[in-house]
Amino acid sequence: MTSPLPLRWFTFAAPSRFYALSGALLPWLWTVTVGLAVAGLYIGFFVAPSDATQGQAYRVIFIHVPAAWVGMVLYLAMAFWAAVGWAFNARLASMVARAIAPTGALFTFVALWTGAFWGRPTWGTWWVWDARLTSTLVLLFLYLGFIALVEAIDDTRRADHAGALLALIGAVNVPIIYFSVRWWSTLHQGATISATSAPKMASIMLTAMLLMTFAFWAYAFAVVFARTRAIVLERERDTEWVAALSQGKKSTA
Amino acid sequence: MSSPATIRPRSPQTAPAPRGGGDSAWGGPAHSRHPFTALIARDLRLAARRRVEALLPVAFFTVAASLFPLGVGPEPQVLRQMAPGVVWVCALLASMLSVTQLYAQDHADGSLEQLLLSGMPPVLVALAKAIAHWLVTGLPLLVAAPIFGLLFDMSVPAIGALLITLALGTPILSFLGGVGAALTLGLRSGGVLLILLILPLCIPALIFGAGAVGAIESGLSARGHYSLLGALLITTALLAPLATAAALRISTE
Repeated sequence: MTSPLPLRWFTFAAPSRFYALSGALLPWLWTVTVGLAVAGLYIGFFVAPSDATQGQAYRVIFIHVPAAWVGMVLYLAMAFWAAVGWAFNARLASMVARAIAPTGALFTFVALWTGAFWGRPTWGTWWVWDARLTSTLVLLFLYLGFIALVEAIDDTRRADHAGALLALIGAVNVPIIYFSVRWWSTLHQGATISATSAPKMASIMLTAMLLMTFAFWAYAFAVVFARTRAIVLERERDTEWVAALSQGKKSTA
Repeated sequence: MSSPATIRPRSPQTAPAPRGGGDSAWGGPAHSRHPFTALIARDLRLAARRRVEALLPVAFFTVAASLFPLGVGPEPQVLRQMAPGVVWVCALLASMLSVTQLYAQDHADGSLEQLLLSGMPPVLVALAKAIAHWLVTGLPLLVAAPIFGLLFDMSVPAIGALLITLALGTPILSFLGGVGAALTLGLRSGGVLLILLILPLCIPALIFGAGAVGAIESGLSARGHYSLLGALLITTALLAPLATAAALRISTE
């Protein structure tokens, strides 16, 4: 604890230090979230021109695409932290993995939901069994399976480790599922509607989309930190620092 | 019917090998057998002592597949088109419903812990249990499937393709189901949870299995489907026992 160098990677793996750090970061994260979201939505809905072929309907893209990106990457992040928690018995990593799952499921659901709203005016249908849509739906099922498994196991250690194994199996399977679904949809449908052939995008639209992506990331960090803090308090309730924390709160209140 | 505890001719002291006893109906004297084959033989013998229970998955398969013509209508054209998917989905559900019991009995009476303590590698335990499950539920499905091929008015080559895909695909379901059964060991909502966890992982097998029959019926070659199913089977047979062994360790520690 004497010299600040070299950098100690595991300093914030201690739940008490993480609690203090995330508490300091949270207001900033929320500020960034709101600022970026307001800027992104303003540019997306008021500054960006309407699309030549899709009119106003295309503006769903500013929520749809960032949500899909964040939802996908969060699954990998969840599997990574769950695996770290399992392999190194790092309690905080397992808590973070558990905190990521509902947020990832939420973003995946938002991507599917806004996709339906986008598909209705442009494709004429709420849903097509296209490879991307189907594999996103499967991703949502994988999230729900993870949440259901860790919630069903009462023993936290077993829940964390079982969830890690399931998340890893899911991460290995995601590419297999994606390619099998893609082959299946091309066999069944031929070349109908492709979600992949996006036209070259105007830079103003790209700006709005990137702003929204960073806003969603800031939101994801903020919510995951807040949820992790709640899990930390719940699991560490018998420790001295949590007791001191609640004592301090009581005396100031 | 006597209780399971009296059927199992084995006590904790006989480790390392879970011995089948000298009066084995399934081969030579038990002490000369490898623990791996002995474990398979034991599961088969347990199934043979509870024949009605062992045949329940096939009964479920039969009843479930019979519901489809009643629900969709008896037009042969429609039925022929649906048949591969219906047979495959019903086989998948029958496997999943029965695999919940794969470790439950052994876990409840403590013999699973003895198996894991016996010195036999947990991977081999997982492999033997999955093979036994396939012999008890997968093989009867293979026998029942051609009858449904006839009921659904499928052509003879299509029925042949259905049999090949089921022969390659149902072991995949048993292996994956073993992972789920080990993860959900002893949980209150184990059965439904297992289906939620494992069904998304079965999607590739379903796609290639039903796709092969569809390809044959539309006059194409199904060799690509067979190869991919075979590749899936090999990958699953190599990786799923490892995952099952890890899950068993997590669930029983």
